[in-house]
Amino acid sequence: MSHNRQMPDAHGHYGRFGGRFAPEALVAALDEVETEWEKARQDPAFQAELAELLKDYTGRPSALSEARNFSEHCGGARILLKREDLNHTGSHKINNVLGQALLTRRMGKTRVIAETGAGQHGVATATACALLGLECVIYMGEEDTRRQALNVARMRMLGAEVVPVTIGSRTLKDAINEAFRDWVANVDRTHYLFGTVAGPHPFPKLVRDLHFVVGAEAREQVLERVGRLPDAVAACVGGGSNAMAIFAAFIPDESVALYGFEAGGEGADTPRTAASITAGSHGVFHGARTFVLQDEYGQTLPSHSISAGLDYPAVGPEHAYLAETGRASYEPITDAEAMEAFRLLCRTEGIIPAIESAHALAGARKLGERLGPDAVVLVNLSGRGDKDVNTAAAYFGLVDTEDQA
Amino acid sequence: MTGTTLQTKLAQARSEGRAALIGYMPAGFPDVESSIRVVQAMVAGGCDVIEVGLPYSDPMMDGPTIQRAADLALEAGTTTDDVFRVVEAGAATGAATLVMSYWNPIERYGVERFAQNLAKAGGAGVITPDLLPEEAEEWIAAGDREGLDRIFLVAPSSTDRRLALTVRACRGFVYAASLMGITGTREQVSDTAEGLVRRTREAAGDSGLPVCVGLGISNAAQAAEVAAYADGVIVGTGFCQRVLDAPDLETGLIAVESFARELATGVRAR
Repeated sequence: MSHNRQMPDAHGHYGRFGGRFAPEALVAALDEVETEWEKARQDPAFQAELAELLKDYTGRPSALSEARNFSEHCGGARILLKREDLNHTGSHKINNVLGQALLTRRMGKTRVIAETGAGQHGVATATACALLGLECVIYMGEEDTRRQALNVARMRMLGAEVVPVTIGSRTLKDAINEAFRDWVANVDRTHYLFGTVAGPHPFPKLVRDLHFVVGAEAREQVLERVGRLPDAVAACVGGGSNAMAIFAAFIPDESVALYGFEAGGEGADTPRTAASITAGSHGVFHGARTFVLQDEYGQTLPSHSISAGLDYPAVGPEHAYLAETGRASYEPITDAEAMEAFRLLCRTEGIIPAIESAHALAGARKLGERLGPDAVVLVNLSGRGDKDVNTAAAYFGLVDTEDQA
Repeated sequence: MTGTTLQTKLAQARSEGRAALIGYMPAGFPDVESSIRVVQAMVAGGCDVIEVGLPYSDPMMDGPTIQRAADLALEAGTTTDDVFRVVEAGAATGAATLVMSYWNPIERYGVERFAQNLAKAGGAGVITPDLLPEEAEEWIAAGDREGLDRIFLVAPSSTDRRLALTVRACRGFVYAASLMGITGTREQVSDTAEGLVRRTREAAGDSGLPVCVGLGISNAAQAAEVAAYADGVIVGTGFCQRVLDAPDLETGLIAVESFARELATGVRAR
C-alpha cells in the first residue's frame, strides 16, 4: 500500500483543503487513530487479518464485468464495471468498515458509533461489529430512517442500536453532528467509525487507505483484460469514498482521466441539488476545509438528491484538491439522468445498481459519447440497488403506491 | 497597564477575590431585539462578561437546548451583521462582550472583515470552539491587528504539550471545558475540571493567563464550587432554558435576571 505518500501533509492538508477543525476534546482521540493506523499498516499481523477478512468474508477481489449491452448506450465505448455491489453487505463500504473495526479492537475500545445516510455504511458497520463483538450505535436522520426502513431493520437484526436524529434537516449531515456529540462524551471507550473520505484529519486519509484495494485491483484487472490502462475512470461522489477508492491507484497514471459525478438533484443550478463542487464554495464543514453548499453567511444549505447516499452538502477534502488542481473533473448528474441509467443497466445487463452508482453510470454514458468507441471507461459500480427498489418502483410507477400505504 | 475590556473585567474580579461571571446567549434568540434585552437582563443580574453566540446551522458541540435556541435564531433570519448589533448593545452596558462562533461563519464573512466589524461594535474578542491553534494563523494575525482577545479551548483529554500550545495562542483567557461532552446542564460539575484548571495554570506559568470554566454549570452552588479554583464561571444553557421556558419575553427577562443574580452570588461565595 505505498501510494500518494505526499498527500496529505502532516496536519492533514491537501493543498489548502482538509486539516482539522474539531473541538480540542477530540484531538487526543484523532491523534490516537492516526498513530495506531500508521502502526497497523506496518504490522504484518494486522494486514494479514484484514486481508483474510477482505478475501474470505467480503469476497474480494470483486469481479470486473464488461457491460457489452450497456455500452451501446454509451457511444460504443467499452464499459468495465468494478463490481463492488457483489461485496458482502452490498457495497464498497465494507472495505473501510472492516479495517476500522479491527483498528477499534487494536486501540482497546469496545464501542463503535457511526453515521449513515442510505444505510449502507450503517449496515456494514453493524455487520463488522457483530463479527468482532463490538457494541454498535448508528445515528441516522429521522427522514432517512423513513426512506430506508428496511436498512434500519437490517441494522437492528445485526444487533446495532439505531438512533433516529430529530434535529436540523434530519438527514446525513445531522446524523454526523450527533455522532460527533456522542463521540466527545464517550471517547475513552468509543471509536467513531467514520464512513467517508471527509471529516477531520486523519479520517480522509484513513478511509482512502482502507479503500485503496478497489482501484488497485481494478487497475490490474483492466490491464489483464484490455492490455492497457483505461482512458477514463468514473465514480459517483457524495462524500466521495467510492470515488477515492477507485481513483487513488490511478492518480499517478497521468494518461487516465478521473471523473467524479456529483448528485445534481433537480439541477446543479437549482437549490435542489447536492453538487457541492459544482455549485458550492470554499468553507469549513464537519472538520475539514472543502467545498460546501452554503449561503453568504456560511450557514449550510439543505442538499437534495434522489439518492440518500449522495445527499450531503459537502465533499471530502482530497476531492476538493483534485478538482482545484484539475487532476480530476467533477460534473453533476441530475436525478432524471441517474434514474435513466439505473433503468438501462437493469434492462441491458441484468444488474440492479444502487441509485448512487447510477450517477456514475449516467456519467459513463456521457464520457462514452465524448470519447467514442475506441475508449475504455472503468466505472465503479459501488453498490447494489436492493435498498432502492421502493424508490425506483415509485419513480417508474411500477407499483400502486396507494396500496403500499 | 491598560488591556481590553475583557482583561480589565477579569482583573477586577480577581482583585475583588472572586471569579467573574460569564453568560452566553445566541444573538437573535428569540429575535434580535429580544436577544438584546436578554443580554441587558444578564448584565443587570450580575454578568461581568457576555458571550454572544453566532447561531450556526451545524452546532456540533452543543446540546439540545442551545441547538434549539440557535435554530430559532436562524429561523428568525439572524445574520452575522445582527450578531454585531447585539455585541454593540452588550458592550454599551459596560460588560466585556465576546462572540462565540463556530469557525465557518467567520471564514465565510471574511476573517479580516469580521475582526474589523467586531472591533467597531466594541467587541472584546472571540471564542472559537472548533478552531485549533494549528489552523488559526489568519485569525491570530487579524485579531492582533484589531486588538481583539482570542479564546481557545482546553479539555480534560488535552496533553500537557497541547495545553502549552493552546495557552500560548490565547489572549484574554483560556476556556477550560469542565468535562468531555457538549453544552448542557449537569447534576454535578465534573471533578476533572479542577485538575484541568491546575494543569492549565502550570502550562500558563508566569503569564498569569486567566482560566475560565464552562460546560454543565447551572446553579449558584456549582458556580461557587468552580469559583473556588477558576477565574471565571461560564454559563449558557441555563440562560437559554429560561428564555425557552417563559410564556412571554417579559417573564423570561425576569427569570434571566434573577438567574444571573443567583449565579453572581455563587461566584462571590468561593
